[in-house]
Amino acid sequence: MDAHGDDTTVERVAVTDRAAALIRELTTDHGPLMFHQSGGCCDGSSPMCYPVGEFRTGASDVRLGDLDVGLSDPVPVWMSRSQFELWSHTHLTIDVVPGRGSGFSVEAPTGQRFLIRSRLMSEEESARLENEG
Amino acid sequence: MAIYAPPGEPGSVVEYAARYENWIGGEWVAPVKGRYFQNPTPVTGRTFTEIARSGPEDIELALDAAHGAAPAWGRTSAAERAIVLNKIADRMEENLERIAVAESWENGKAVRECLAADIPLAIDHFRYFAGAIRAQEGHSSQIDDDTVAYHFQEPLGVVGQIIPWNFPILMAVWKLAPALAAGNAVVLKPAEQTPASILLLMDLIGDLLPPGVINVVNGFGVEAGKPLASNPRVRKVAFTGETTTGRLIMQYASENLIPVTLELGGKSPNLFFADVAAERDAFYDKSLEGFTLFALNQGEVCTCPSRALIQDSIYDDFMADALARVGRIKQGNPLDTETMVGAQASNDQLEKILSYIDIGRQEGAKVLTGGGRAELEGDLADGYYVTPTVFEGHNDMRIFQEEIFGPVVSVARFDDYADAIKIANDTLYGLGAGVWSRNGNIAYRAGRDIQAGRVWVNNFHSYPAHAAFGGYKQSGIGRENHKMMLDHYQQTKNLLVSYSEQAMGLF
Repeated sequence: MDAHGDDTTVERVAVTDRAAALIRELTTDHGPLMFHQSGGCCDGSSPMCYPVGEFRTGASDVRLGDLDVGLSDPVPVWMSRSQFELWSHTHLTIDVVPGRGSGFSVEAPTGQRFLIRSRLMSEEESARLENEG
Repeated sequence: MAIYAPPGEPGSVVEYAARYENWIGGEWVAPVKGRYFQNPTPVTGRTFTEIARSGPEDIELALDAAHGAAPAWGRTSAAERAIVLNKIADRMEENLERIAVAESWENGKAVRECLAADIPLAIDHFRYFAGAIRAQEGHSSQIDDDTVAYHFQEPLGVVGQIIPWNFPILMAVWKLAPALAAGNAVVLKPAEQTPASILLLMDLIGDLLPPGVINVVNGFGVEAGKPLASNPRVRKVAFTGETTTGRLIMQYASENLIPVTLELGGKSPNLFFADVAAERDAFYDKSLEGFTLFALNQGEVCTCPSRALIQDSIYDDFMADALARVGRIKQGNPLDTETMVGAQASNDQLEKILSYIDIGRQEGAKVLTGGGRAELEGDLADGYYVTPTVFEGHNDMRIFQEEIFGPVVSVARFDDYADAIKIANDTLYGLGAGVWSRNGNIAYRAGRDIQAGRVWVNNFHSYPAHAAFGGYKQSGIGRENHKMMLDHYQQTKNLLVSYSEQAMGLF
């Protein structure tokens, strides 16, 4: 697993090696990429991957962190603020599985689908997040 | 009891073609780049047909055909369009079993549901809008003695529709029937998980429509969905899906200044007040079934009653009875008419559900039953099956706040009426809800106090064409079903007419 973040900031989001490899491959075709975590129906509750600039984030979104997948550009991960309030106690890892997710996420034609795996923040992480306010 | 043979096998009532092109201008048209993708059945995980992998150039062909057809179709009389819709309904009814088995095979859902609900509802939807368009009238207002305002409904023209995979045919028909009744031509993109059954339907009904009125283009969202949703040649986009794609579609629509309707899912509460357990009678039995409906369609319903809220004073006994009811669910071969719960629609859907069961456990929710992949035997071993799962926890856990879209219900207690409404509304979504009570006053007030577009009172998961369906909050914009849906596919033309011979006197 590829860690991101420095010693002073609690990492909220990470990426598996498999997912990082797919992101690098997709970047060749689409340019720099970003994620926005979806909520709701059908293909929701899944991370959607778009070329940077395709999906407009705004004041209603939170940038959870940037994934380092070995490219010059970091891959930012976003989520709507309202959803973040319900997710903030969990650490997220972007993984990939065989599948056929729809939506406009760029990996769908490859027969693979990004997937969020979650774990609870440890007590230490939670305490540090509280200090960071 | 019956077990249908899989499509294409000896004795099957239906056969899929080995390959499907796009349905454009009333005929099959190969994708311009000649690319196809494989379509597996979730029943066994094996591919059964291949489907056009279209791109922007195919969407443009479909839009050409739709624009060619729209003016004449829009000028047909309401009576003519109603006849066409009724003929479609009749043709579907004649082929109900074929369509039902085909849909079950493609989606993984239990065929009993396709036979009893999905396809009959789709048939009725065409008939409902055939009637609704005949009965629709414009309005006129007398502004003053010399001036009259006439209001006519006119079709939008060409509309784009993006269909989800959980009810491949019914969700397509929810969008098609009102659009066609109102006189629009359609370019429709099915979900890439379920692209074939709608094409099988077009094969059956295609001759009933003028060429170009319905065009179906398959492909992946990023390759075919985006060029449709962002296209300046559509006058409206209708989408069922999830929040991030919904926002993206609104962004595209803002660039073209066109309206959208969005249905984006929910986390529907199902409230059981103490008086449901006042008697052990038919109503109590009905309410236990109402709890168990979380497993309908493998939980792959935007209005899945995935949060059950049960009053404290009856909690223990009610849950014991409810779990017994869940234990009687028959899961297995979707083509067996005894099967109640079939396969999840795709592998990634299966993986997502399992990842939610994992975080539910980590957060300390208690698994009361189920909680994993269902291991089936023989041909079904590689299908995507999840055991109906009941969690006990509290409303701020993620399994209470996010749509899992699987046969998973999260159960919590409430103390009193105020507590029930507070928990029910503590969600980002507001699509559906259920209220169960023998007390009409409680049921009415709860129905009004819950912020959701559809509140079922003493029933759940019923979808008649004549009842409006849609979301509050982040569940979307606009409605589906009901004659009000015609407005979503029409412009209002106001003709403001002066019957005076006199100048205004201003110049």
